[in-house]
Amino acid sequence: MLAFTLKRLGLAVLVTLTVSVISFSLLHLSGNPAAALAGENATPADLEAITRQYGFDRPLPVQYADWLWNALHGDFGQSYYFKLPVSSLIADRLSVTMTLGVCAICFALFTAVPLGVAAAVRPNSIIDRTALFLSVAGQAMPSFWFGLVLIVLFSIKMRLLPPSGSASWQHFIMPTIVLGYYAMPAIMRLTRAGMMEVLNADYIRTAHAKGAGAGRVLFKHALRNAIVPVVSLAAVQMGFMLGGSIVVEAIFALHGAGYLAWESISRHDLPTVQALILIFSCFYIVFTFLSDLANAWLDPRIRVG
Amino acid sequence: MMTSSAPTTESIVGMTPGARMRRRVFGHYGLMFGLAVLILIIAAAIFAPLLTSHDPYAQSLFMRMKPPFWMNGTNPDHILGTDHLGRDYLARLLYGARISLMIGLLTALVSGVIGTTLGVAAGYFGGKVDLAVTFLINVRLAMPVVLVALAVVALFGGSLQVVILVLGFLLWDRFAVVMRSSVMQIRDLEYVNAARAIGCSTTRILLSEIMPNVVNNLIVIMTLEMAHAILLEAALSFLGLGVQPPMPSWGLMISEGKEMLLFQPWMITIPGVALFMLVLAINLMGDGLRDVTAPEAKG
Repeated sequence: MLAFTLKRLGLAVLVTLTVSVISFSLLHLSGNPAAALAGENATPADLEAITRQYGFDRPLPVQYADWLWNALHGDFGQSYYFKLPVSSLIADRLSVTMTLGVCAICFALFTAVPLGVAAAVRPNSIIDRTALFLSVAGQAMPSFWFGLVLIVLFSIKMRLLPPSGSASWQHFIMPTIVLGYYAMPAIMRLTRAGMMEVLNADYIRTAHAKGAGAGRVLFKHALRNAIVPVVSLAAVQMGFMLGGSIVVEAIFALHGAGYLAWESISRHDLPTVQALILIFSCFYIVFTFLSDLANAWLDPRIRVG
Repeated sequence: MMTSSAPTTESIVGMTPGARMRRRVFGHYGLMFGLAVLILIIAAAIFAPLLTSHDPYAQSLFMRMKPPFWMNGTNPDHILGTDHLGRDYLARLLYGARISLMIGLLTALVSGVIGTTLGVAAGYFGGKVDLAVTFLINVRLAMPVVLVALAVVALFGGSLQVVILVLGFLLWDRFAVVMRSSVMQIRDLEYVNAARAIGCSTTRILLSEIMPNVVNNLIVIMTLEMAHAILLEAALSFLGLGVQPPMPSWGLMISEGKEMLLFQPWMITIPGVALFMLVLAINLMGDGLRDVTAPEAKG
């Protein structure tokens, strides 16, 4: 288990480094950052001064090494637009995105798992058909459009929920539904497939035969085994969702890290964008790392292979 | 998916393979529905100039914000109404289908070439090649797609070519994953070993022994990635960092309609439903193709 953990950890660090190299070079090779920083009315002398001050005249690998060294110490540089340290800027916004992510994954799990179980218990029933329809529709629904439709229904027509902002818990309801619906289809399908397989297993027949109640068999014997891959999928989905929250945050003007990313991209605020790409990647990497470990701990076959 | 609509295996035993296939294809409601809607949308995109006499770019100050046919105060000349600049909504919708279809097709082509090359190489050669490709897949999965796509489009400028290339270079992961595992499954089968034994070159083995046996998986992934690319382009354009105005991209139309959300919700309904139908049709077709070509992998 220790060897497996170390191997995975090394891989995770290597992936993080590669992502940072790619995003750094992408952002710095495509255009002159000094020009974006100086604005449209800058004189050549201004450009020269900015280039020197920020060190854009140094070779790219040197700039990268410098950035990485500072990033490892928690210093992501100054935001071009806000003139504040990027790290504190992101730290302020991250709690909103994390709240949204946790709410959304809980919403997805609490709707998708029961639906998947019900669908597996009665294949081809009305419930199964409805669950199938919901998951097919969920995959085809553009999330930004779904968000706008919810705003029209619940904010404009019924006046139940606030359309935008992040001041109260009511502001999180619609974003949670939109972001959670995005993760639902995959979780539901996996729960259904897993339950179908488990329900045909011998130990389920044994449980029935020894007189265990239907509910007990379903939840204590079957779901417990079927849920393992679902949990690791949910961890991966959580990583994806934090990266995808940018669209949802933009629609509902939820001032989290995703909204900050959108603003910073529009303003060519490179240090902020750079740091955000790295942080969102790290989320994904950490979540998949944890789910790998959990899987290996639960299933010894993975450790060896 | 759509398990129940396909005929059961028992009922089609004893037919010729061709008849069996036809029975499976035509008996699959999801596949048929997806195919029908997709053909309809493709036809609408190709024959757009015949279906409407309006120019999707022509503005008219006197014809602004006319509602569609099911509302009051409609103009018979503009069935689906006009937008805030007086442009005909039906014309924009029809020409917008061209953009979505083009993005979907070309992105799937670019990412398909990248992902298939990597995946087939990893699956066939294994060892170090496999390690390298698996690492690349991990790196790609760790990059937040929307964020990176937005940032790159913002830096290079939002044109159709840039959006297609950026998405193409970001969406190859599923091709690589699926191709890798399907090639691994067949690389040591008898017929591949036989080809090796009679001295076929690696290129020949890959092209005429391996590829024909994984191409159905490839087509399924291709349709699903097309749908993915269409949704992403719409999202990028909606956020203002994809295809740029005045192009009639559906995502852009929804973004423009968002400004009138309070009084004219139909402006987001029409392009939204179109987008939903197109993606739904492509997904149903992809799932259907998987059921039909690999009935054993259903579920």
